[in-house]
Amino acid sequence: MSTSEINLTGSSADAAEDAYTLSLDAPRSRTRTKKTPRSTRGNFEMAAWLFMRLSGIVLVVLVLGHLLIQLVLDGGVSKIGFAFVAGRWASPFWQVWDLAMLWLAMLHGANGLRTVINDYAERVNTRLWLKGLLYTATVFTILLGTLVIFTFDPNIR
Amino acid sequence: MPAGTLYRGREGMWSWVAHRVTGVLIFFFLFVHVLDTALVRVSPEDYDKVVATYKTPIVALLEYGLVAAILFHALNGLRVIAVDFWSKGPRYQKQMLWSVLGVWIILMAGALYPVLGHAARVLFGS
Ligand code: HEM
Ligand code: HEM
Repeated sequence: MSTSEINLTGSSADAAEDAYTLSLDAPRSRTRTKKTPRSTRGNFEMAAWLFMRLSGIVLVVLVLGHLLIQLVLDGGVSKIGFAFVAGRWASPFWQVWDLAMLWLAMLHGANGLRTVINDYAERVNTRLWLKGLLYTATVFTILLGTLVIFTFDPNIR
Repeated sequence: MPAGTLYRGREGMWSWVAHRVTGVLIFFFLFVHVLDTALVRVSPEDYDKVVATYKTPIVALLEYGLVAAILFHALNGLRVIAVDFWSKGPRYQKQMLWSVLGVWIILMAGALYPVLGHAARVLFGS
């Protein structure tokens, strides 16, 4: 239909045609009020969508590589200990690996959880609190992990 | 699922649910994992004490579960990416899901001995 007006015809009330004329707004063009959620969030959601996919591809290598090293190669978990970590973080390569894994996995996971909260927490206040908690925990974890990598000291004792 | 939904999907929905559950689980694990790794800044003894618990049979089982979650999330994540970016992705999404499950089973079988072998030795002697 090319018009946004629908005329109800077939009625016998020709004389009062105007009374039967329904005017429908085009979809999604409701009148904005103060309470209308703003949709001017720029391209944030689009960027987040793309980030989930790009970080996912990189994480396949980083995380599966990490699991292979920690759980499978060279005796699996049994070899892990302070000395093992000291050996690994002596190399800038593994420092950068762990740093990239930390940032990407935390941001990817946090953005994923943001979606989950948006889906299930229906009350505005619950959402606000859960997201506040999520962002706090995320910033804390990223900062702590970064600090640990950069300040690691093999001769701490 | 939001309360009251009548949507009863098929494979597509269940893979989505599993993707979501595994993603959330991995996130919680990672949070704890960064905390335990931070013990290297406290003292070698404290770090080694906590890591020692990771070598017990029960925790080994949890590690196998973590591997299961990550492998599924990673493989299915690649499938989601293929559905979104590969022009024939949507048409083959179901075949790709079965491939994901097939590769997952193979990799899980391969991880059985490396991840659980030491636990079996602890439990049953070597
Ligand atoms: C049970 C399986 C795992 C074990 C035994 C393990 C072991 C370790 C060890 C020993 C380190 C110290 C540094 C190094 O050697 O590279 C480490 C660091 C790290 N791991 Fe894991 N890991 C596991 C699973 C994971 C998973 C699934 C992820 C990601 C989702 C992950 C992410 C990280 C990150 C980001 C760091 C750096 C922490 C920091 O910056 O302080 N690990 N892991
Ligand atoms: C190993 C490589 C990984 C790949 C290929 C991957 C891929 C993906 C993709 C493509 C999505 C978006 C799904 C969608 O938009 O429908 C996603 C969602 C998600 N991912 Fe990952 N991911 C990986 C690792 C991780 C890690 C390490 C974590 C946790 C720290 C994680 C947590 C999540 C969460 C919580 C979601 C949201 C699920 C939802 O909205 O239903 N992922 N992942």
